[in-house]
Amino acid sequence: MVDSLSDDALTIGGRAFGSRLFVGTGKYKDVEETRLALRASGASVVTVAVRRVDLTQTGKGSMFGMLREEGFTLLPNTAGCYTADDAVRCARLGREAAETDLVKLEVIGDPKTLFPDTEALVAAARVLVKEGFFVLPYTNDDPIVARKLVEVGCPAVMPLGAPIGSGLGIRNPHNLRILMETVSVPVIVDAGVGTASDAAVAMELGADGVLMNTAIALARNPVQMATAMRLGVEAGRLAFLAGRMAPRLYANASSPLTGTIAPSAAPLSIE
Amino acid sequence: MTEPTEHIAIVVNGEPREVPAGLTVSALLAHLGVAGLAAVERNRELVPRARQSAVVIEGGDALEIVHLVGGG
Repeated sequence: MVDSLSDDALTIGGRAFGSRLFVGTGKYKDVEETRLALRASGASVVTVAVRRVDLTQTGKGSMFGMLREEGFTLLPNTAGCYTADDAVRCARLGREAAETDLVKLEVIGDPKTLFPDTEALVAAARVLVKEGFFVLPYTNDDPIVARKLVEVGCPAVMPLGAPIGSGLGIRNPHNLRILMETVSVPVIVDAGVGTASDAAVAMELGADGVLMNTAIALARNPVQMATAMRLGVEAGRLAFLAGRMAPRLYANASSPLTGTIAPSAAPLSIE
Repeated sequence: MTEPTEHIAIVVNGEPREVPAGLTVSALLAHLGVAGLAAVERNRELVPRARQSAVVIEGGDALEIVHLVGGG
C-alpha cells in the first residue's frame, strides 16, 4: 500500500521522472528567483523555450547555466510555432541546444486563446516521433485528439486545464476524466492551473502529473507558491490513490445515532 | 600587400549582415561573439553541432542562431 509518495514514481515510455510536477522557467523576475522557485517546487523536469540569440547582448548571465548547475532535466518547447513545419524545425533546434530528445510539442492555432491547432499538432508529432523524439504534446481536452497523438507514438499527452497563463483552473474535469479513460499513456495536465487547489483537483481526477509556469512565476511570492504547488500535487495524488468517498446530497451523521440523552420535557430557558 | 577581405551578404536572425567570405558556421559564431551553446539553422535546415566546423557559409544564406531561454 502506498501511504507516502516515495515509491510512486512517474514513468513515461519506460523512463522514470523524479516528480509529478513539471514547471516552466518563464516570467520570473530573474535567474535567482527562478532557481529558488524551481528548487521549492521539487520538480525534476523544467521547460525552456528556443529563441534567437540577441546578437547585441551576447554572454550575459544565463538561465541555461543555472538549470544545468541545478541538475534539472530540460524539456524544450516549441512555443510560438503556428505551423507543423515551424514546430518541427523548432524541436530540432531545441534538441541541439538542450542535448535531449524530449520535446514539449506545441502548435498554436490562435494568439488570443493559445489553443492548439490539433490537426497540425498530430502531423508534427508524427514527423518528430519518426525522428526519434520523445514527444510530449500540449493538446486540448479532446479525447479523440489524444487518441490520435498516442497512435502516432506520443508516450504521454498533455491536455490543457484552461488557456495557457489564464489561471482559471480545471474548466472541464469531465472531459479530462474521459480523456484519461480513453488513452493508456500518462496524462499530464498542462496549463490553466492558478493555485494549489487546482493542481490537487487535476491529480484527484487521476492525472499522472501537472505542468505549470505562470501560477508560480506570477504569484506574489513565487517560492512560497512553488512549495504550495508541490504539496497540492502530492495531496491530490494521495487522495486519488486513497479513493474518495462517494458524494451524497444529504447529511450522514458522523456521531452515533443511538445513545443520545433524553430530550427535554419542556423548553429550557437558555436566553 | 594584403588583399582586401572579400565579404558576402547573409541574413542572420532576420537581419542582413556582411561577413567575411569563407567562414564556417563555427567561425561565424565566433565572429559574431556567440557562445558555444547556440543551435544553428541554415536555410531552414539544422546544422548539427558536429558539422558546424565543416559547413561553410555562402552568400545569400539565411541563418537562425538560437539558444534556450526561460519559457513554459
